[in-house]
Amino acid sequence: MAFNEKIRKQYQDELEEIRGAGIFKEERFIHSEQAADIEVEFPAGSSLKKVINMCANNYLGLSSHPEVIKAAHAGLDSRGYGMSSVRFICGTQDIHKELERKVTEFLGTEDTILFPSCMDANAGVFEAILGEKDVMISDRLVHASIVDGIRLCSAMHDTFKHSDMDHLEKKLQLHADKRYKVVITDGVFSMDGDTARLDEMAALCEKYDAMLFVDDSHATGFIGKTGRGTHEKYGVVGKIDIITTTFGKALGGASGGCVSGRAELVEMCRQKARPYLFSNTIAPVVVSGVLRVMDILSGSTERRDKLEENAAYWRKGLTEAGFVLQDGDTPIVPVMLFNAKLAQDVSRDLYEEGIYAIGFFFPVVAKGKARIRTQISAGHERHHLDKGLDAFIKVGKKYDILGKTKQEIIDKYGL
Amino acid sequence: MEDMQKVVLEYVIDEYVEDEDEELTPDTPLISGGIVDSFSMVSLKRFLENKYSISIPDDEATPEAFDSVNKIVELVKRFVK
Repeated sequence: MAFNEKIRKQYQDELEEIRGAGIFKEERFIHSEQAADIEVEFPAGSSLKKVINMCANNYLGLSSHPEVIKAAHAGLDSRGYGMSSVRFICGTQDIHKELERKVTEFLGTEDTILFPSCMDANAGVFEAILGEKDVMISDRLVHASIVDGIRLCSAMHDTFKHSDMDHLEKKLQLHADKRYKVVITDGVFSMDGDTARLDEMAALCEKYDAMLFVDDSHATGFIGKTGRGTHEKYGVVGKIDIITTTFGKALGGASGGCVSGRAELVEMCRQKARPYLFSNTIAPVVVSGVLRVMDILSGSTERRDKLEENAAYWRKGLTEAGFVLQDGDTPIVPVMLFNAKLAQDVSRDLYEEGIYAIGFFFPVVAKGKARIRTQISAGHERHHLDKGLDAFIKVGKKYDILGKTKQEIIDKYGL
Repeated sequence: MEDMQKVVLEYVIDEYVEDEDEELTPDTPLISGGIVDSFSMVSLKRFLENKYSISIPDDEATPEAFDSVNKIVELVKRFVK
């Protein structure tokens, strides 16, 4: 037997080390549809608890929207359940092309290619469009999926300090001799909720003949006046060469992602991107749901407007209560606690109060930057937010952190 | 030699040290100390090559050879004409 007792013991020891380090991830089982109000089984085997969900990427509240569900049902009936093929053999339906057209139109790009997920889009895109003569220059806080994509690509890789435009310019100068230069960033950074300064980055890219890549997974559908994304917020629609994004967050939240941008780069992905070539694309039922989402968003800004109002209300409430927040104006609102154990304790106590919000600490965020990351949704009503604020204030008082500065919290709880 | 040491030290501090309170000496372990990761070594190598108009072969640019400012200076000196 290959998996003998010695090997088993070694894996068990490794898992124990993860537990001992306090970074063992446990799933909480949700027994209801994804929404603002959910029923959760946690710990496993316990009775169900009704809580307000403040940690979903369900920014527009569309994950369980009746019209999206209806469209998905219709798609299931008319186009079936599965494709049993990759795209280029016999796995492309008319609705896949229709979704690619609609995303292109929505993002203001030249063309779009669907991927099974945005993780796959990021894993495949760089290897498909770059080679040994090229360089990728990425913000140091880009998402893990981008880091994986960079690792799979033979081009040289360099980084610039988070959102530091002077440092980025130095790197563009350092690599001026490379054939293709690609500057890589998230649009909205998922842990801090801040946005990339795409207007300045686009100007630098133009100055140094570099391409600009943006992962807008935490932005598509709601950032910018009509929800097109971070490029709309900064007035650079049409100037981003490659956008990757997901359908697994604001756009219905099921699954799937895409690469959208310059026609030739999209075509290169169609010819060479391995997650596209060697995996089924998005299932017809999901495509049908996303098509309805695109129609909803193209017809009205009501949901993103409500999300913006909700996020501002939530941020103001927490600020007035005396919490230390990470600066920003997105629906990602990190409540800074700095100490990992404090973040875990506060998360646990919030759950007892009926609020589901998760603590993040090293290695997910840097040491000494532990936090509760709250995420606001258009699916939240004012009473959800008020109950959330009440719970945060109650728990904040218990740990005596309201009105305290970063240094005072660190002095009290350590890093 | 001292100038080169100063240049490399300043570059490494400016490029990799995020915490202003963290002290870095010419002998501080960079790679094994977790200050510079293997990804970032590429840009350090490129900086040195541009700055001193040299070419460091990939098989010489090992994590060991880049593990402190002093070791880097030793390496670079071998290639500077």
